[in-house]
Amino acid sequence: MLTADQKKELEATIQQFVGKPIGPAATSRDAVNEAMILQWCDAMGDTNPVYQDRAVAEKSVHGGIVAPPMMLDAWTMQGWDMHKGYDEPTNEEQRLHKILTDAGYTGVLGTNTEQEFDRYLRIGDEVTAETIIEGISEEKATGAGIGYFITTKTTFSDAAGAQVGWMNFRVLKFIPKEAPQAASDSGGGAAEAYVPARIKPPMGHDNAWWWNEVAAGRITVQRCKGCQQLRHPPRPMCPGCRSMEWDSIEISGRGTLHTFTVIHYPQFPGYEFPICAALVDLEEGVRMVSDVMDCKPEDLKIGMKLKAYIHEDDDGFKLPLFRPSE
Amino acid sequence: MTTRTHASVEVGEELPPLDIETTATIVAGGALASRDYTPVHHDRAAAQAQGLPDIFMNILTTKGFVGRYVTDWSGPDAVVKGVKIKLGGPNLPGHTLKIRGTVSAKTDAEVEIDVAGTNPYGAHVNATVRVVLPQ
Ligand SMILES: [Zn+2]
Repeated sequence: MLTADQKKELEATIQQFVGKPIGPAATSRDAVNEAMILQWCDAMGDTNPVYQDRAVAEKSVHGGIVAPPMMLDAWTMQGWDMHKGYDEPTNEEQRLHKILTDAGYTGVLGTNTEQEFDRYLRIGDEVTAETIIEGISEEKATGAGIGYFITTKTTFSDAAGAQVGWMNFRVLKFIPKEAPQAASDSGGGAAEAYVPARIKPPMGHDNAWWWNEVAAGRITVQRCKGCQQLRHPPRPMCPGCRSMEWDSIEISGRGTLHTFTVIHYPQFPGYEFPICAALVDLEEGVRMVSDVMDCKPEDLKIGMKLKAYIHEDDDGFKLPLFRPSE
Repeated sequence: MTTRTHASVEVGEELPPLDIETTATIVAGGALASRDYTPVHHDRAAAQAQGLPDIFMNILTTKGFVGRYVTDWSGPDAVVKGVKIKLGGPNLPGHTLKIRGTVSAKTDAEVEIDVAGTNPYGAHVNATVRVVLPQ
């Protein structure tokens, strides 16, 4: 960790980069050309004829073959030399990054980008990019770790010097919260091993039995042995007669939608969004929190009939979910 | 490909879904087609040295798919004016990148589309794309 004085000095050093060009303007090695456009379209599966079919392009609003707009910053990418890495900085942006890396802010993560297109590029256009370091935030705490947001602004112009578009790009330069996980050498399945799954409910003395029943294929609710009152979620004491003696009954799975909320954000990994989170009135007379599946959010109606089923996640975890029924 | 006209579009319209079954070829091919030779996008050992299980899609390719998604729907006579992108988790070979979009705003001149790309890690990209459609 840096001392307060060291941090002050670091921030004074990095703030000197604000407003500076990262280096001289760079002109694309290749003029805009059909071969590179086609290669892009192949990789993106883009069949838009204005990028590749002269006859159609000429009759279109563009009047001829144009480059995909999103390709704007590809023309002036450095290309081949990028594979060598940047141990020795070759421009001001890399020098700024290295100062932060050396101070422990070793991580880098692209977070946002914004582009505006003044016009589409045509075959033969020569693109020149000029990038300045537009701003550096104060130190921020983020999910990835603490760090600084660095925003660059690149202006793209044609051979006549007219602007064809611009791009803002923001990266977080940060101190990683933990060391990167060791590389897996397990081969082709490595990606799967990292797929996050649904967050598991806490299971303790009072409720693990209920999840075990679900795992065994039964959706149950608790029943008081003293007064026969049903209750859910599981808990040790009957709210009616205070008996702590209980058993359970399997439910029919039939119910109606009491109320719901549709969750769009935040999008935790391991779930499909949006989530139709529901409170279901079971026909046995108790309520259960679950999700309504196979139903668009706009089709949710309070009072609609639902039927429970047991869903099994890829990792084997089972839970009751509901879907609309007749 | 047919072209959507400005008048035919209403706020709230959902664009047809697009699922990209991400392969190493798409990741590496997209990176090289965008002249991005950063090793983590084509060299698995380099990606693993950074703590990722495999090579991952570069931002230009993600942007390319967002652009394609919108013009697949709008047709060839649309003019893309701008895009704002918020980047999420990485997209890797084996991931299905699910791209969904909705018309989120409309002015006299432009139509705005919100695009979300998700994969098993959660949000990979959220974008807003502005296009001009023929009147
Ligand atoms: Zn009781």
